[in-house]
Amino acid sequence: MVELKPGARFQSTVCTTEVIVVKGDGDVDLLCGGAAMVPAGTGEVAGEPAADAAGGTLLGKRYSDEADSIELLATKAGDGSLAVGDAALDVAQAKTLPASD
Amino acid sequence: MNVMMLLEMAASGLGDRVAVGSLENGITYQQLFEQAGEAAARFRADPGAKVVLCDESSPAVPVALFGAAWAGMPYVPLNYRLPDDDLRGLAERSTPGVAIGDDAGASRLRTVDGLTAVTRDTFLADRAGGADATTPGDWSMDPEEIAVLLFTSGTTGAPKSAVLRHKHLVSYILGSVEFMGAGENEATIVSVPPYHVAGVSAMLSSVYAGRRIVQLPKFDADDWIDTVERENVTHAMVVPTMLARIVEALDARGGEPMLSVRALSYGGGKMPEPVIRRALDLFPITNFVNAYGLTETSSTIALLGPDDHRIAQYSEDESERARLKSAGRPLPGVEVSIRDPEFNEVAPGEVGEIYVRGEQVAGEYVEKGSLLDDGGWFPTRDGGFIDDAGYLFIQGRNDDVIIRGGENMSPGEIEDVMLTDTRVKEAAAIGVPDVEWGEKVVAVVVRHDDACTEAELQDLIRSRLRSSRVPAHIVFVDELPYNDTGKLLRRVLREDHAHLGDDPTD
Repeated sequence: MVELKPGARFQSTVCTTEVIVVKGDGDVDLLCGGAAMVPAGTGEVAGEPAADAAGGTLLGKRYSDEADSIELLATKAGDGSLAVGDAALDVAQAKTLPASD
Repeated sequence: MNVMMLLEMAASGLGDRVAVGSLENGITYQQLFEQAGEAAARFRADPGAKVVLCDESSPAVPVALFGAAWAGMPYVPLNYRLPDDDLRGLAERSTPGVAIGDDAGASRLRTVDGLTAVTRDTFLADRAGGADATTPGDWSMDPEEIAVLLFTSGTTGAPKSAVLRHKHLVSYILGSVEFMGAGENEATIVSVPPYHVAGVSAMLSSVYAGRRIVQLPKFDADDWIDTVERENVTHAMVVPTMLARIVEALDARGGEPMLSVRALSYGGGKMPEPVIRRALDLFPITNFVNAYGLTETSSTIALLGPDDHRIAQYSEDESERARLKSAGRPLPGVEVSIRDPEFNEVAPGEVGEIYVRGEQVAGEYVEKGSLLDDGGWFPTRDGGFIDDAGYLFIQGRNDDVIIRGGENMSPGEIEDVMLTDTRVKEAAAIGVPDVEWGEKVVAVVVRHDDACTEAELQDLIRSRLRSSRVPAHIVFVDELPYNDTGKLLRRVLREDHAHLGDDPTD
């Protein structure tokens, strides 16, 4: 379990993936590559993603749960895919805001 | 959070793409990342200092901005157009510091105690330390650290130093820009100076979007047009006076439409309707964006998008056409509320003060601390209203409101009426001290055509607005005073025309 709050950063322990929390609060079972994620900079990377959680995480994409209560931004890409408990997180729809500056 | 995270992502995702400069000899995202790291290593030799910039737009701007963030020091761009005494005053408030400037800027700051000044060329050429001097990723991720200190323009008083923390700027970018959202051939021309909030946000949003930055150090309309064509520029942000000059220059060249610009955003002041209407003709397939924001809100908080512009251009419906005067709708993640003086939210269509809330809203000054209330709301000191459809209309600074006989009136509504006379080029309405009324209305007007008289304009206003709005005097001048980013200096007008308040003839 890790505590989500906007701005918090987490790393995978089985691949290079890192994320920052855009939206979400409270304790969740945050996984990458099937293994628990830890606060960024606090863990070693060892092993490899589980076969059923190796879809990969793409740099700069936003990942959210079905209820849209959690949104993570991938700040580093990796081979593992993100999940909360049993539920995979999917790439959220890109924003279509026009450039303003 | 740290704005360096944005550059690190760009360097990792698009390392070989040109970040700043021309396609032939610009610097890539990876090179910008390395130069920021090397700059940070040098900055860290002066712990506790600030990174002061007194330079026009140049590659030193993004290197200093990101290098300061990497080193954990505030980045403080100064207005190099200020007279020596004023610049020196701001520089003295920014010590201790490492200062970077063009030759003129560096020499002006060299005599300030507590500043170590180097020229831009020395700064960019000094690769001492090398890429080994810093460890990638060793910047602080404390979201509360100060990223940027920006002096407000001081149109109403002494400049204040607005505080933008990493959390505000990162929230703004993550909330409004899609990572690598720009195509490989996109480039944006930055013609606002580095000390303007848009000069900061343009660096951050362009880097995160992966859009090449083309810098125009001194704005000149013909130079802007030529640079857009030469550098294959697709995106631009301008202040209203720049767009007015671009429109004039295009017309002087025969009025040929510019088709290569895909997106043009404008903000930073009130856009005269004739200028934007002509621009829509001259950029017939460009996506226009009107962006409303403040230094204290990390740039844009509301925008009027491309579709609304084209609807307003072609519609016969008065309310749809009027949208061109609107700042559009708040960004996702930004709340806007219109309040009366007792802090109660007013009904749609009613004028009040614009309050704003959101993660990008800083609302803090070095001198005064945070101006956010307990609920997180920041008073913008701009007046305005929201219409039934949720569109925000700005009516100018509350400091500019004219109070005549206890009646509050917005200069904007008087100016808008005068500008409907095609012989009027620019118009400003101000209040000057008056014994009987407290203030009375004076208009200062620049004409296209001298035949336009005071009595005609007074009649025009009388026919459209309440009689209290009719200026007691209309003064014709050759030009109105603006600061270099296009803000009308109403304070100067009030001083220049204060004598009209004592006029015994009315």
